[in-house]
Amino acid sequence: MSITARTEAPVEQRPRHRSRATLATGFVILIGVLAVVCFFSITMGARGVGLSTIWKAFTDYDPSNASETVIRELRVPRTLIGIFAGAALGLSGAILQGVTRNPLADPGIMGINAGAATSIVFAIMVLGTQSTSTYVWFAFLGAGVATVTVYGIASFGREGATPVKLALAGAAVTAILSSITSAIVMTNVSALNELRFWQVGSLAGRYFPVFWQTLPFLVIGIVLALGTGRALNGLALGEDLALALGQRVRLTRVVMFVTVAILCGAATSACGPIVFVGLVVPHLARMICGPDYRWILSYSLLLTPVVVLVADIIGRVIISPGELQVGVVLGVIGAPAFILLVRYRNLAEL
Amino acid sequence: MTSHDLRANNLTLGYADTDIVKGLDVQIPDGRITVIVGANACGKSTLLRGLARLLSPRGGEVILDGKSVQDMRSIDVAKVLGLLPQSPVAPDGISVGDLVGRGRYPHQGWFRRWSDEDDRAVAAALAATGTTDLEDRNIAELSGGQRQRVWVAMALAQDTDLLLLDEPTTFLDINHQVELLDLLTDLNRESGKTIVIVLHDLNLACRYADHIIAMKKGAILAEGAPKDVINAAVVTEVFGLACEVVPDPVSDTPMIVPRGRHHASPTVIETLA
Amino acid sequence: MAATLDVPVVRSGRKQRRRRATVVTTVLAVVAVCLFILTMMVGSYYVSPIDVVTSVLHLRDDPTTDFIVRDLRLPTAAAALAVGIALGISGIVFQKLLGNPLASPDFVGVSSGASLFAVSAIVIFNGSSTAISGSALVGALLSALLIYLLAWRDGISGYRFILIGIAVSEFMLSIVGYVISRAELYEAREAMTWLVGTVGQAGAGELRTLLVALVVIIPIALVLERPLRTLELGDDTAKALGSRVELNRLALIALSIILIGFATAVAGPIMFVALIAGPISQRLTGPSGGIMAAGMVGAIIVLGADLVAQQVLPTALPTGVVTGIVGAPYLIWLLATVNREGRGG
Repeated sequence: MSITARTEAPVEQRPRHRSRATLATGFVILIGVLAVVCFFSITMGARGVGLSTIWKAFTDYDPSNASETVIRELRVPRTLIGIFAGAALGLSGAILQGVTRNPLADPGIMGINAGAATSIVFAIMVLGTQSTSTYVWFAFLGAGVATVTVYGIASFGREGATPVKLALAGAAVTAILSSITSAIVMTNVSALNELRFWQVGSLAGRYFPVFWQTLPFLVIGIVLALGTGRALNGLALGEDLALALGQRVRLTRVVMFVTVAILCGAATSACGPIVFVGLVVPHLARMICGPDYRWILSYSLLLTPVVVLVADIIGRVIISPGELQVGVVLGVIGAPAFILLVRYRNLAEL
Repeated sequence: MTSHDLRANNLTLGYADTDIVKGLDVQIPDGRITVIVGANACGKSTLLRGLARLLSPRGGEVILDGKSVQDMRSIDVAKVLGLLPQSPVAPDGISVGDLVGRGRYPHQGWFRRWSDEDDRAVAAALAATGTTDLEDRNIAELSGGQRQRVWVAMALAQDTDLLLLDEPTTFLDINHQVELLDLLTDLNRESGKTIVIVLHDLNLACRYADHIIAMKKGAILAEGAPKDVINAAVVTEVFGLACEVVPDPVSDTPMIVPRGRHHASPTVIETLA
Repeated sequence: MAATLDVPVVRSGRKQRRRRATVVTTVLAVVAVCLFILTMMVGSYYVSPIDVVTSVLHLRDDPTTDFIVRDLRLPTAAAALAVGIALGISGIVFQKLLGNPLASPDFVGVSSGASLFAVSAIVIFNGSSTAISGSALVGALLSALLIYLLAWRDGISGYRFILIGIAVSEFMLSIVGYVISRAELYEAREAMTWLVGTVGQAGAGELRTLLVALVVIIPIALVLERPLRTLELGDDTAKALGSRVELNRLALIALSIILIGFATAVAGPIMFVALIAGPISQRLTGPSGGIMAAGMVGAIIVLGADLVAQQVLPTALPTGVVTGIVGAPYLIWLLATVNREGRGG
């Protein structure tokens, strides 16, 4: 929701200046951190596995060995999806915040989650329960249609899709879609049953098929996203100034929204709606790197998967042998983190 | 108009972790027009807001008629002292009459209906600002100059003996700036209202002020009648501007003529030196 | 510049505005009452309007009609009316306080607190209807308190309040999602039905509490309308006019939250009513219009939604489903007008 602040006491601006060398080193360290987290993601869980088992699972795979199967068929795809979906969500959040100049922008406002949910329950109502893979296609389709609708509605009028109009269009589309979803779910028990599991973002039950399905979109999206850094820096100055500096504002806006739609559509269709990472991690990245979007995007690319995987690991371990979905862990940890940000850091203007 | 005594003793004001005004003493001359000038962020708005009790003092106190303003009821202060803040907010689609009417708030108790006195005060305020024929217009349709006059009308409807205005001329065309300041002068001369204005235009300040207060870095650098106080040295000290101060050809007040780097004719400078 | 005072112009202008507000509010109230009666007329057994009115007022003695009207239909109708008024008033007060037509108590964490407690009552404690409503109320008030405390820092800034409200809301909703995903199917179903919100699920006890709350709070709200008018002008102007800004704001927020807490306890978190009732009523009455008009608009929306949900659609659905569809066109309309008023991004 786009919100205008009332006149308040002036906020002190603390100039952020990090040298390229420091940031580059940080980036490399982050890669290391991500590698370590991946390692833990593969080793930790209800069933503990040792290093030798992992080695063996990749070099001399024995399908009848339960531990090795767990590693190859469960943990590895899970980790991979966590990495790519996490990156997708973090990058989308950063791009959306930059293009709408709204620190609260969250892919949810584009109707992506609502579109995916409606599409899934509709599929169940018409076709009956399906496999996760089938849901992925429907969810992606639904998310895409919703996003296009939101952007289309917001683009009416001379100014095109301004941040305020996008927020309103997103809220409107989400409203309609939630109503339709509720209506279907109230009348169709299997739809209700599937929805309640799907709507808590989770990496559980996502195996290699889901990974391969969503990988191409995620990769395309990530590549596109990383290229938008310069344009985002331009937009941060305000659209008038960006235009004056020669940037093709309308075109870049469209590209950015398409990128966000692809990334979030793919991530949500793979894991269900995961909130907050897209909102909080770019702020973290900004606190570390400063306002240059090229760095914010690079850091979000790595930071978000780290956060997502750590949350997933916590979820697997904390009530072992049961499991807490990643969406829940992120919600329960992300919210307080966000509140701390708001309270103690006076969310700086973008 | 009753006479009032508004002063600050050892006043310290600030936001967040910084103090902007430190240990400041000032007395606002009663029944006169006082203008506060200074560079950006020198604390002039902060001082005004402190005097109007919008800001709580971190040290020292603001005294109105012998009582500390913090100890008085908000409503009692509002009957005597009014403030027009820098960027007032108007609700969507509000009409001029409605907005000006809201200035009557301190005079209406919890359950009091609108009285004749309220209507009269609003009418007087509209008449004084020349906005009577705008009464039923939507404020969003008005020009910047008209809107600012409506806000002044609201402050006038409050019917206070002291009126403080925080940069009321920003965003106004020069003709509207002069119009507004003439209006405030009328109020002062005709009803004896004490007026305190923060202005960024030094020449207008010199023209209209009975008493000028020049601030720098949260402290008062100089105060007094413009003729007595404003000279090239003071202007340079307050604004960092190299200038000449000459008598205004229209009024008998100081006029600041900046030197700048490009257009000072050398012969003229020689004569002035 | 002593121009002639034109007091009559001022007086007539003011009276005209007041008259418009009063007329519109009265018309809205009449429409609400008509819908109220209409809700009790329709169904599998048609009752004429006169019969409905005389039955409700205990003016007749016809056991069949009385049973249908008073025991079956009146509770739902009364709940719809009361919830609608509560949501409408809560919404407009919230929006005026935060100076933003997009602000709504819906989004700011209070409903989600109610949801969390209610869903827990349903799934974990297998509570009765009263227990669920009671939990919802407790949840609403606790989460509101939490948000207020977290947002307080030398006073409340609207922006910070909304941000923290959203965070708290997401926090609660993740836990709700978890609980629902872990529940038995029938519990999950009950929980998700509650979450959509419907006026039909109100128990007599909860309804009575809501009505009492309305009777107590509405007069207080009307008295606080005056300070609210100053708060609308920005904190600085409000203080300059002598308004005790923090105190008034606290009272108004508390009032808004109590109303929505009770409304949610009775009918679950019905979305969008609190968001759209205020702006619609303000368009109709003009900005000098009061909060009762918003209450009436809220009542009309909820009564209408319930009518549609129960009678018009092929299967009976919860009220909340319809209000979502009602909310959407309003948002799109806002979108079209936002541009014109030049408040676009």
